[in-house]
Amino acid sequence: MMKTFAELNFPGRLIAVEGLDGSGKSTQIYLLKRWLEAEGIKVYFSEWNSSELVKSATSKGKKRELLTPTTFSLIHATDFADRYERHLLPLLRAGYVVLCDRYIFTAFARDVTRGCPPDWVRGIYNFAALPDIVFFFKADLEVSLNRILEGRPKLKFFEAGMDLRLSADPYESFRIFQGRILEQYLAMAGEFKFMVMDANQHVEKQQALVRKIVGERINLARFRRRRPLPLPPPLPPDNKAKETEEDLAA
Amino acid sequence: MKKPMTNPEGAKKGRRYYGHGIPRYPLEDLVGKLIVVEGADGSGRSSQIARLVDWLETCGHATVQVGLKHSTLVSSELAKAQEGNILSRTTLSLFYATDFADQLENMILPALKAGFIVLSDRYIYTLMARDVVRGMDEAWLKNLYGIALEPDAVFYLSVEPQELVQRNLAKNAALDYWESGMDLGFSRDMFDSFLKYQTAMQAAFRQLRKNYGFTVVDGNRPVGSITKELRKKIRALLVEK
Repeated sequence: MMKTFAELNFPGRLIAVEGLDGSGKSTQIYLLKRWLEAEGIKVYFSEWNSSELVKSATSKGKKRELLTPTTFSLIHATDFADRYERHLLPLLRAGYVVLCDRYIFTAFARDVTRGCPPDWVRGIYNFAALPDIVFFFKADLEVSLNRILEGRPKLKFFEAGMDLRLSADPYESFRIFQGRILEQYLAMAGEFKFMVMDANQHVEKQQALVRKIVGERINLARFRRRRPLPLPPPLPPDNKAKETEEDLAA
Repeated sequence: MKKPMTNPEGAKKGRRYYGHGIPRYPLEDLVGKLIVVEGADGSGRSSQIARLVDWLETCGHATVQVGLKHSTLVSSELAKAQEGNILSRTTLSLFYATDFADQLENMILPALKAGFIVLSDRYIYTLMARDVVRGMDEAWLKNLYGIALEPDAVFYLSVEPQELVQRNLAKNAALDYWESGMDLGFSRDMFDSFLKYQTAMQAAFRQLRKNYGFTVVDGNRPVGSITKELRKKIRALLVEK
């Protein structure tokens, strides 16, 4: 039913990365962006949960633990819709290669893990077209968990899935929660044609493969800037109070 | 938890969520009553609700009032977004749905569980009608609001757009940007736009009524006779098992 941007005849293309926290996906998409920039491609990068307007509501909801599975799902959908309608769609109409660190599959995996019915969640996001390529970074659960938990960070309530009452211990809760999200991801990998990447491999090796696949699947020459226009600024423009990846993703 | 006051026999028969609902609140626990008053600005919603609350409380019923844009979670952000008129259609729709869901889970359902009569100043129908007028897909909206509980009664105060414009001007000496549907570009003239928009909203309500049966109340009449009709209908509701 849902179509990709190419199938919808958009001039632009969208590439998304998905995976657990600690799977290395953000590093990979950053390196992909650097390459495309160097190649003179019109490229734009967008992160999950970063719409300026919705952010204050989201962070209030998280800090005060006001969110239920339903409102958690809806507020993230609102954030996504804002970025989608105001940034992604116009950029894709203008022929950009848009890179998304997490896309609707993050919502599918998390919200369903939190108990929202899959049909309801998917129905809400059905205004969004599918990415032209989805890279799924699949690391062993223990590897991802260790990368995050190694430094014994202070896990946030929702990030650790504490709202699901899986365990009174945030670390244990996080482990169970991430395990369930991974199951959800794997269950939809075939349906949405994820390019499954072995995230246990070396960073450089993975990146070489990412670039090779992008080069094969997208005719990059079509996306070169004719005149050297500067690339659009990232959002938010000033990186005040830089949050960690887990913060943003939580 | 307080003992149910209104209906000791338990929740009404045939109570249902429109879709999957909120599983934390099983239907059989929702022993109170949910009464919704719908209508445009100037249709007399708030006066009627105030009068109903007064009457119900005098009769010994505990009441709770809810309305749109009242949630702790997003109401201030939503107001800010509307001021700047910077949100696109789907975004605004989802923002309102978040506001609704927050109140549903934190106000409406707990109050119904405690046996209160919940009076809702507008409900999902206004939200859906606004979106339908703006070309959003009805099936998408139906899925989105599958979380909502079907009320015990929905009264739609129907008032002619010509009369609405008079009442709004008499009250505020101005027409509201959103209630005039100015974002739709029907007309640059606010008066014209208001009439066109309210006519379109009434058509959207008529369309929604096919799937979400509600009682149409002629709101062109004097306040007192409307209250009388509402009381009669609510009284019947309160005695039924």
